[in-house]
Amino acid sequence: MLIGIPTESRPGERLVAGTPRTVAGLVKLGYDVVVQAGAGAAASIPDEAYVAAGASVADAEAVWAADVVTAVNTPSDAELAGLRSGQVLVASLAPALHPELVQTLSERGVTALALDAVPRISRAQALDVLSTMSNVAGYRAVIEAAAEYGGMFTGQVTAAGKTAPATVFIIGGGVAGLAAIGAAASLGAQVRAFDVRPEAGEQIESLGATFVQASAAAQQERSATGYAAALTEDQEKATLALYAAETARADIVITTALVRGQAPRTITAEMVAAMRPGSVIVDLAASGGGNCELTVPGERVVTDNGVIILGYTDLTSRMPQHTSQLFGTNVVNLMALLTPAKDGQLVLDLEDPVQRGMTVTRDGEVLWPPPPVQVSAAPAAAPAAVDERTPEQRAAEAAAKKAAASRRSLTLMVTAGAVLAIALAFTDVAFLATFTVFVLAVFVGYYVISNVSHSLHTPLMSQTNAISGIILVGSLLQIGSADTLVTVLAVVSAAIASINVFGGFLVTYRMLGMFRKGA
Amino acid sequence: MTVVSLTTVAQAAYLVAAVLFILSLAGLSKQETARRGNVLGMVGMGVALVATIVLSLKDSVRSPWVTALLIALVLVVGAVIGTWRARTVEMTQMPELIAMLHSFVGAAAVIIGYNSYLTEKAGGAHLVEVFLGVLIGAVTFTGSIIAFLKLSARIKSNPLTLPGRNLLNLGALVVSFALMGWFVAAPSIWPLAIMTVIALALGLHLVAAIGGGDMPVVVSMLNSYSGWAAAAAGFMLGNDLLIVTGSLVGSSGAILSYLMCKAMNRSFISVILGGFGAEGGKVSAAAVGGEHREVSAAEAAELLSSSRSVIVTPGYGMAVAKAQYPVAELVTRLREKGVTVRFGVHPVAGRLPGHMNVLLAEAKVPYDIVLEMDEINDDFKDTDVVLVIGANDTVNPAALEDPGSPIAGMPVLHVWEAHQVIVFKRSMATGYAGVPNPLFYRENTAMLFGDAKTQVEAILAAL
Repeated sequence: MLIGIPTESRPGERLVAGTPRTVAGLVKLGYDVVVQAGAGAAASIPDEAYVAAGASVADAEAVWAADVVTAVNTPSDAELAGLRSGQVLVASLAPALHPELVQTLSERGVTALALDAVPRISRAQALDVLSTMSNVAGYRAVIEAAAEYGGMFTGQVTAAGKTAPATVFIIGGGVAGLAAIGAAASLGAQVRAFDVRPEAGEQIESLGATFVQASAAAQQERSATGYAAALTEDQEKATLALYAAETARADIVITTALVRGQAPRTITAEMVAAMRPGSVIVDLAASGGGNCELTVPGERVVTDNGVIILGYTDLTSRMPQHTSQLFGTNVVNLMALLTPAKDGQLVLDLEDPVQRGMTVTRDGEVLWPPPPVQVSAAPAAAPAAVDERTPEQRAAEAAAKKAAASRRSLTLMVTAGAVLAIALAFTDVAFLATFTVFVLAVFVGYYVISNVSHSLHTPLMSQTNAISGIILVGSLLQIGSADTLVTVLAVVSAAIASINVFGGFLVTYRMLGMFRKGA
Repeated sequence: MTVVSLTTVAQAAYLVAAVLFILSLAGLSKQETARRGNVLGMVGMGVALVATIVLSLKDSVRSPWVTALLIALVLVVGAVIGTWRARTVEMTQMPELIAMLHSFVGAAAVIIGYNSYLTEKAGGAHLVEVFLGVLIGAVTFTGSIIAFLKLSARIKSNPLTLPGRNLLNLGALVVSFALMGWFVAAPSIWPLAIMTVIALALGLHLVAAIGGGDMPVVVSMLNSYSGWAAAAAGFMLGNDLLIVTGSLVGSSGAILSYLMCKAMNRSFISVILGGFGAEGGKVSAAAVGGEHREVSAAEAAELLSSSRSVIVTPGYGMAVAKAQYPVAELVTRLREKGVTVRFGVHPVAGRLPGHMNVLLAEAKVPYDIVLEMDEINDDFKDTDVVLVIGANDTVNPAALEDPGSPIAGMPVLHVWEAHQVIVFKRSMATGYAGVPNPLFYRENTAMLFGDAKTQVEAILAAL
């Protein structure tokens, strides 16, 4: 089948749904690929590179006539009108926000797969363009903020005095938020981050940020969809107080809160007014209306008190090379899923929750919305309810258990020792002497060997092999016996024991010679 | 007034030898002193042998010349075969060699026991010593032979699960002890011979019932047995040097067994009872599945050269594919590029305690970048790329996360905490324990299928 990659028609868009590397991936799956002339120009990818990767280059008409058309954005009305029945469209479609689009697609009789409607389950991660886009946007948000901010992110101590590091406050610990945390932290800023989901705290801290928490009442439970849900009134109040406190002390604020395409209001005009002049707010939710009250989607705004608010909605387009590459890889991963035989034939399996979840229409039949999918990261089965003891109680119980166990083993040892002592008292003196040697040797062995490092266990074994060849001593003493049978047996056992001695020592020597320290 | 006699001189020499052996094993505890420890052991053995030969010639009933000749013959045979094996053995075959050497000690202990019975007609205590010596020796002998055959892949390493196998073992022991009563009450060769046969069968069955992945425990257990066999021989012969040395080796093997069991979170008893791996099929509550991702060698090379820190976690599969040389080369190249590369070795990786360390040392990997599990486990989260080469169960997150898993609670390498994991594997098959590995389906895991050696070489070529 033929896959078409058109030039994006949205004004200012610099992305393209495939790069030479991802085209090569599609070709490997058995597809023919046609790329619109100049499609990659804005992402600095010349047409020749596509040709070198195995694609052909053609005009818009030929590309839009392909069996499968894959695009970054929702195609324009004109482009949609050119689609014919039976074609497959793979793009970001936001079907939940655009019911009229679903209607159009159905009328055209096409099969439409929404790349931005991938269910949030682990194995679908490889084709989730929302993650890809959020990741890039989060990174770029920090870069934009750094460009606007009048200071350095990292704190410095120089001969000319010192500068404090920038304080960056990030709202939302999703993919975008985490990317922003990573980027800001690696520039040297003090990063503080907030998320309504308490389980995001660990990830936030793992990237080097401080996890800021509202009061316990405002903490949200894990949601069944993997996305954050809207807040209750109480939670709202507590979080707003926290936002106010944090934004006032921050130099940079990056907000990433999007609940199903809608941007909840997190930063009020009042909070902005309390911020220092020269502070920067980057609103990653601008496309959904903005988290900040003063955000103008797509614009850079400077408030009366000198706070810069960036509402850019094209952050991903500002890094066209990598974004296109990542986006294209998402497409390749999707096509790999849809092409089980790797023969260039697209097979849509609606039993698969991933494919079902992203299918908006099939041959004109409306399949949106899909049935809900259970997230693989299932909510933990409320451990608190099962174990109602306090940590102190539990610790005390564990300690008691341990003490009981050690008491038991002590009792056991004392008993065993006593039994042994009584038994020994009945044996003869010569045996007692040898037995003393034996017991002492076992203890010496225990303490000597306990210190051996793991890496030397194999040499230790071959060395003990050699040493246990000492049994040779016993055989040698029997060789001189008058009984021929005894002599023969002794010779045999001495021979094999001496193999042990020589073989064991030499192989240990050889092994130890191999261990060397790095420069 | 005591007289200096050959016997007292020999006893003194034995004391010196025993001390040298203790110092030798103590020396082996650290890399810096290991070689000295090895040499001290050789010296100790030399001292003990010279003293023994002198004693043996003095006590010889036959002409001392004949005895001397026989001893020389024996030592030459041992030296030639031993040296030849030590020189030629491949490091991947170390487990087999060690198992074979254990069987020699076992066989020697059996023979010494018989000889001691034939030459000395002493009281009940001696008979018990002979009996126990032969029993331990025989179990060690056949057990080690089976271990050798399994390790050298001459027989299948699957556990042999006879019905009622635990009862069989127990029965063999009970019968043996009954025979011991007979032997002490009416000394004759018969109870000893019957017991020998039973003990040989017990050794066979004991090890046959244990699967391939439990081999580190089995080999260290046999190591321990061979020590106890030597100690038992010492009791029979009233020779303190044998007792001391045997106990040293016996406790050494016991500690190694304990460490191996701890590393697998299994009790020693359950390993000995065997059969593990056979029932691995009835897996846990949490079904594992999903989609895995693949990478090519070229992509892996790109990822590696752009990372700052890399940890390699090798497993038995690396030894099987003989991939340690290209891996070492890869590590050298990455280190030249300024990438921090370290190895994380699980205690039971390989078929012998410390096996991976030896293989890596042979491939000239410096030992100070080869770390133990406990030393490196906290570092995974700051690591860019982890290469899992031929390891499976030792990196299985189910051990920590799924209480229903057969390997639940086993300490494992936390590779999944790294940013990216690349798993070298032949196919999606499960590991030795038959436990599915959810690591393969993690978002930050990519699979590199194929022969580990070929793939590592491909990465080297792409670098």
